[in-house]
Formats: sequence, structure tokens, C-alpha cells
Amino acid sequence: MNIVVLVKQVPDTWAERKLNADDKRLDRASVDVVMNEIDEYAVEEALKIKEAGGGEVTILTMGPERAVETIRKALSMGADKAVHLVDDALAGSDAVQTSYALAKVLETLEYDLLISGSEATDSRMAIMGALLAERTGKPQLTGARKVTVDGGSVRIERQTDNGYDVVEAPTPAIVSVVEKINEPRYPSFKGIMAAKSKPLTTLTVADAGIEAAQVGLAAAPSQVVEFANKPPRQAGQVVKDEGDGGMKVAEFLASQKIV
Amino acid sequence: MAEILVLVDHVEGTPKKVSYELLTLARTLGEPSAVVLGKGASAAAEKVAAYGAEKVYVSEAEELSQFLVAPYATVLAQLVQEKNPAAVLLPSNVTGKEVGARLAVKIGSGLVTDAVGVTPEFVAEQPIFGGAVTVQSKVQTGTPIITVRPNSTAATEQAGAGTVEQVTATFSDADKAAKVVESVVEAKGGRPDLGEASIVVSGGRGMGNAENFSIVEKLADTLGAAVGASRAATDAGWYPHQNQVGQTGRTVSPQLYIAVGISGAIQHRAGMQTSKTIVAINKDPEAPIFELADFGLVGDLFNVVPQLTEEIQKRKG
Repeated sequence: MNIVVLVKQVPDTWAERKLNADDKRLDRASVDVVMNEIDEYAVEEALKIKEAGGGEVTILTMGPERAVETIRKALSMGADKAVHLVDDALAGSDAVQTSYALAKVLETLEYDLLISGSEATDSRMAIMGALLAERTGKPQLTGARKVTVDGGSVRIERQTDNGYDVVEAPTPAIVSVVEKINEPRYPSFKGIMAAKSKPLTTLTVADAGIEAAQVGLAAAPSQVVEFANKPPRQAGQVVKDEGDGGMKVAEFLASQKIV
Repeated sequence: MAEILVLVDHVEGTPKKVSYELLTLARTLGEPSAVVLGKGASAAAEKVAAYGAEKVYVSEAEELSQFLVAPYATVLAQLVQEKNPAAVLLPSNVTGKEVGARLAVKIGSGLVTDAVGVTPEFVAEQPIFGGAVTVQSKVQTGTPIITVRPNSTAATEQAGAGTVEQVTATFSDADKAAKVVESVVEAKGGRPDLGEASIVVSGGRGMGNAENFSIVEKLADTLGAAVGASRAATDAGWYPHQNQVGQTGRTVSPQLYIAVGISGAIQHRAGMQTSKTIVAINKDPEAPIFELADFGLVGDLFNVVPQLTEEIQKRKG
């Protein structure tokens, strides 16, 4: 089974994230970056499926030059090869445009499953799986906390607000996973060394047949008009428990007319 | 006035609170039309009319319950084409966002998710980076598709005509590719949905084990609240993952959020710091959760929380 894993490089959650004052885009240059955490679970799931039934795992990412660090991490975990879509023309693309660009690259790849993390920690939209399913016409199996592959079909447990749905589809399918699905492995020293010589294909917008006029900030179908940094929340009253702590909290709730 | 399509989230004809909030918001933007899809949809017509729906588009086509997400987008795309609305509003939950995404591709429109407000010019306000930055976003192409978070608007009743119109849609093979084989309910019944609840009580590492979560549950039930958990607690297996509040879990913004035994790591704060009022109970006076709490209590949760539960019960008589 051949699997494409979609990964994204994002600012580290622990870093101070901000928007550029001029173009109102996420400042990706001045922050520490990491592989989107939930994508590590996607890589792990792909490797587990490959280890059980064979095949090849290809990493796909769209992002600036330095996103190659994230690709290397995925390769060092054990993926076989990678495709990096990188072009200045893509800068500022929103999610809908990104799905168009990625779908173009997917046309050039053969896969039984595409697996991604359910959401990225920077945008938190959680829609790339649905967008790509719509673009490619392939079944959408998103929000999986369990994936079972059986010949030409795949079955997931899709997490819902009060439990889960069992959803089934023929391959090729578009899958996204939540973080409770597995425990991602750490790259071994051997894996890190091997990653350096694994095949990495770099594609420009022209290489992938993407119309440059359809992507990038100027053509974005949704745009940030303005933004403001919110002052951090002010700490309120902090009281030490003297044996009547529960009453103190109740008094506060009553003063706020909550109880 | 221009028509505003509102996708109603409902369980067998009983709309969720967020649906009434969306209809209330839609009244400030134009003339709300409720779109109620799936099993039991017809039963919702009168209920959504009470919140201002002038029209109610209904389809109970079996495909809507049998297959995941895609059929919803197909019906909405057809309605956008036929009715030419000024905007489409959807609830900003997992399925609502995915339906909006597929609709955006189908009709060639832009999409804004996680809005907490929408102006009459369809500029959407979004808190990002866990509430540290507030952004005003606008759809520049096509019919604006905006998903709106629960608890963003207070729902108020205002009668609408509620004229019901049945919708007949044709579904493609692609719409029927991902089959829902079974739906399993794991959550204990009786508590409000975490995303919609006005009050949320969450437990964290300080709970110590799964059994102790009953302390949090008792307080929640006394307040009519939903129960949340920090990632430390769900990772340890003390509480189900669907109750996880934080960066990689649910984002909530209730009227009141009570954090019990939660230190307040950035991962957790990202999911709750837009709550109106925050109360924290933690034995560590240095816990970062106190930096954003309106009221903090430094103490042993095993003493404080049962006393609080009892005191609230007393006050409620």
C-alpha cells in the first residue's frame, strides 16, 4: 500500500506567534518552527501500515525553503521519500488555495491513502482533509482515532462529540488522524543518518502545473483585513485556602451572579 | 433583504443551541433561511421559525445520514445556486467546518472559520493563537462562507414565517464514497455538549486518577456544566479524549470556566482563554493558570471542590 503523508511546518506553540504588520500574514521567518505535532501521528500511522503490509511512504509538504527541516524529520522517522512544493508565488495562499496546489501535486503521485494530521496548530482550521477529498473526488475519512486497512478498503473510527462513527470507504482515500491514534516514534540515529540520502523532489508552481494566478496572497479568496494584539488577560484575585476555600469560590461566583 | 443561509445543527429535529445563535446573528445580516438536513429534519421547522427563519429548506434524503459530510455540501451548493444568498453561516464544529470547506470548493468561494462575530459587511472577527490576537477577515471571492463558534451570540427569539420548502438533491458517486457504518455513543448522557455549554468544569493532572474525576463531575452537575479535561489527564487515560480542552482538543468559550488541578500550560490555555470568567483551583501558587484567572484559589482540590459543590447546592436551596 502506497501512502502519501501530508505534513506542515508550523511555528512552535511555545514561541510567541505574531502577524506581520505589513501583509498581515503569519510571521514564519522569525520564530522557531517544528513539524505540526499532529502530523507526527500521521507519519507514525503510515509507517505502521507500511510495516504491516509493505509499500512506500512519501512525505508531501508545501512551504518555504526551511520546511525541508520538517521533511528531514519525517524521513528520519522512516518515510521513504519526499516531495516539497516550494515557490514564492505560493506565499500567502489561504487553505482553499493550498488545497488546489496540493491537489495538483497529488495528480502526479500514485497512492492508496493520503494521511494527514487532523489540524495544524497555527491555523487550527481542521479542514485540509475535507478540501482535498472534495478536490480529488476521493472518499473523506477524517478525524480518525483508529485506522484499519483491509485489502482495497479502509475503515476508521471518526471521533465525534459524544463517541465515534465507524466510517468505511474503498481506497484510494483521504484520511486524517487525531493525536490519540498512536505514539509517534523518535527518529533513531540510524534513521537520521539514512534520511540524508533519501530522495527529495522539489517542485515549483510551474513544475506542478499550478496556475500562478490562482495562488498567493493577491488572489486569496479570504483575507485578513486588520488585526490587533489583545492585551493579555489580567490576573484577578488569588486567595489561599484557609479551610473555607470552597465557600470563597462560591462567594465569588455569587458576586458574578453566576450562582 | 438578502437571504442568509444558516446550516442548522440538530439531533433528529432538535436544533442545538448554536443553531439558534446563528439564526439570531443572521437576522442582523439579512433574512435568515434555515437549512435543516438529515434524519428528523422536518421536526425542526417550527423551532427554527421561532428564532427568525423566514424559510426552512428541508431534506431528509437517506444519503445525508449514510455518508460522511459530502452530501451536506452538495445540498448547500445547490441551494446557493438556486437562491443566490448573500452569505452562508455554519456552526464552527468539526462537521460544520468540513461542510463549509467542501462547499467553498464546489461554489468557488472563500471561507472563514472560527468567527466569533460577523458585521453587516460580512467581516468576520476571529481570535487566533489561542486568543492572543484578534483578526478581522473577509471573503473576497464568491458567496461568503463563514463558520461561527458556539457561544458567540446570545440567542433571542423572534418569530419568522418559517415557510417550509423541500429540497431534492442529486448525489454523485463521490458523495456516496465514505459510508457511515455505525455510530457509537460513549459519553454519559445528561450533560451539555462541551462546545456549547455555558459553564465548563475541567480537571487536570492534579486529579491524580480516573476515579477522582467524579469530584469534577459532581461540581459540573451541580452547575449544569459540561466536563472538560486537560491533555495531561486524557493522555493518562483518566478521561475521554473527546473531552480534551486545548490546542489539540476542543476550543471552548463559556461564560464560566473552572480549572481544577490544571497548571495552565500554553497547550491548555489555547483552548479556553477566551472564556468570559475563569476560576482556577490549584495547590501550586506558581501555576500559570493563576495569571489568567479572574479568581484563583490556592489549595487542595480534594478539600476545596467538594466544599464548593456543597455550598452551591445550599445556595440553590
